[in-house]
Amino acid sequence: MADTSDSLLETPLAALHRALGGRMVPFAGYAMPVQYPAGIMAEHLHCRAAAALFDVSHMGQAEIVGEGAAAALERVTPADVQGLKPGRQRYGLLTTESGGILDDFMVANLGDRLFLVVNASRKHVDLPAIEAALPAGVTLRPLPDRALIALQGPQAVAAIATLAPGIAALSFMGVGAFEIAGVPALVSRSGYTGEDGVEVSVPAEKAEAFARALLALPGVQPAGLGARDSLRLEAGLCLYGNDIDETTSPVEAALTWTIGKRRRTEWNFPGAERVREELASGTKRLRVGIRPEGRQPARGHTPVHAPGGAAIGEITSGGFGPSLNGPMAMGYVAREHAADGTPLELMVRGKAIPARVAPMPFVPHRYAR
Amino acid sequence: MSETRFTRDHEWVRLEGGIATVGITDHAQNALGDVVFVDLPEVGREVSAGEAVAVVESVKAASDVYAPIAGRIVEVNAGLAENPGTINAAPTTDGWFFRIEPADAAEIAGLMDEAAYAAFVDSQA
Repeated sequence: MADTSDSLLETPLAALHRALGGRMVPFAGYAMPVQYPAGIMAEHLHCRAAAALFDVSHMGQAEIVGEGAAAALERVTPADVQGLKPGRQRYGLLTTESGGILDDFMVANLGDRLFLVVNASRKHVDLPAIEAALPAGVTLRPLPDRALIALQGPQAVAAIATLAPGIAALSFMGVGAFEIAGVPALVSRSGYTGEDGVEVSVPAEKAEAFARALLALPGVQPAGLGARDSLRLEAGLCLYGNDIDETTSPVEAALTWTIGKRRRTEWNFPGAERVREELASGTKRLRVGIRPEGRQPARGHTPVHAPGGAAIGEITSGGFGPSLNGPMAMGYVAREHAADGTPLELMVRGKAIPARVAPMPFVPHRYAR
Repeated sequence: MSETRFTRDHEWVRLEGGIATVGITDHAQNALGDVVFVDLPEVGREVSAGEAVAVVESVKAASDVYAPIAGRIVEVNAGLAENPGTINAAPTTDGWFFRIEPADAAEIAGLMDEAAYAAFVDSQA
């Protein structure tokens, strides 16, 4: 196998990952830890039981400044950005002119500016697209010199609040600036695991010291991309490139809730024509949760059939849920097969595995409300 | 106990009483991570050397397990269905996958011995 590690980027925590015994793999152009010595299963379960630290510094961070920044960002997303209050964050989609999904992202209103987090694999696409849409006087500033660290789990907020008590007062999707262990940090109460927790943006040069301070807190253990993936799938959360992409629309992806109410009267976002038509008439396919019977996982790209019948869709993410203690998947199926409980067959290595459409999340969210 | 031999696909083979028992190595289970499911071949199936005959699924991914030698599958480890974690806990003993009646038992001698396999693993690191 060719050694491509020379061309991979590293996050500011690369040395820490290696010191912790992280098994580094290529992901979105970065060398990232897929797991530590504890293993994916243990890291996953620890996150659900206590607190797990994830390095997500590969993700793209940026801010938008200038008069009318929120209205400007709305040129590339159907999210309601103008209605986002200071100190609040929101999940949204960037859409294409043809109504596909360019990326999914988080936007926070920091009062004097907007703060964005986009996917690592898409930042080279997103940031130019956003920049191209901005009017004079509104500026996009990429923040490549910042690290992003997620602390997730039922003990995460209590743990980090020992260093900055004000964090405990943030509500779900609340954002604030704090000094944590001497490091200026932007903290949002959010995550990608279905658990309570925070995502913390810190200057790259302080990232390792900051991460070490968190790892020294009781109950905190590192977790890699493997656990991050099984946690987000149990939580029913989409992974860009697997579950959503430029061919899937927000309506097909069952992400209609990310479209602001006002935006559905204005119809002035990229791809609005397709979204409007699909909301009125329905889509041919829908993203659904799928529970295979038995223990065998069905992975991404597994064909989905009606029982004994024709192909009606495909799995986009699939695996084994450590907390669910069983296999789980999400994928797209023809609309007439999308109701919860509908029987399906998953064609794994030539054998049909019985499955059913199932509600998501597979493991209930435990966000702070 | 007879000598254990190894393949480049990280299976081990042990011939006892004319029957070869096959599993995956400790190195392989460690690389795979927590095993959650195994798909084992049907008893009676005729297999050729290098043929994919079983699948081992970890939390993260599915991997093929190959027949190290040609022959007929005579038994599979039914206990793995209930306890796939045995593959992680005891890969070279209780975590065996299947047993083959070899078409030619001499084929096993052509596989790597323990020292050669250890050197092979080191060369892959």
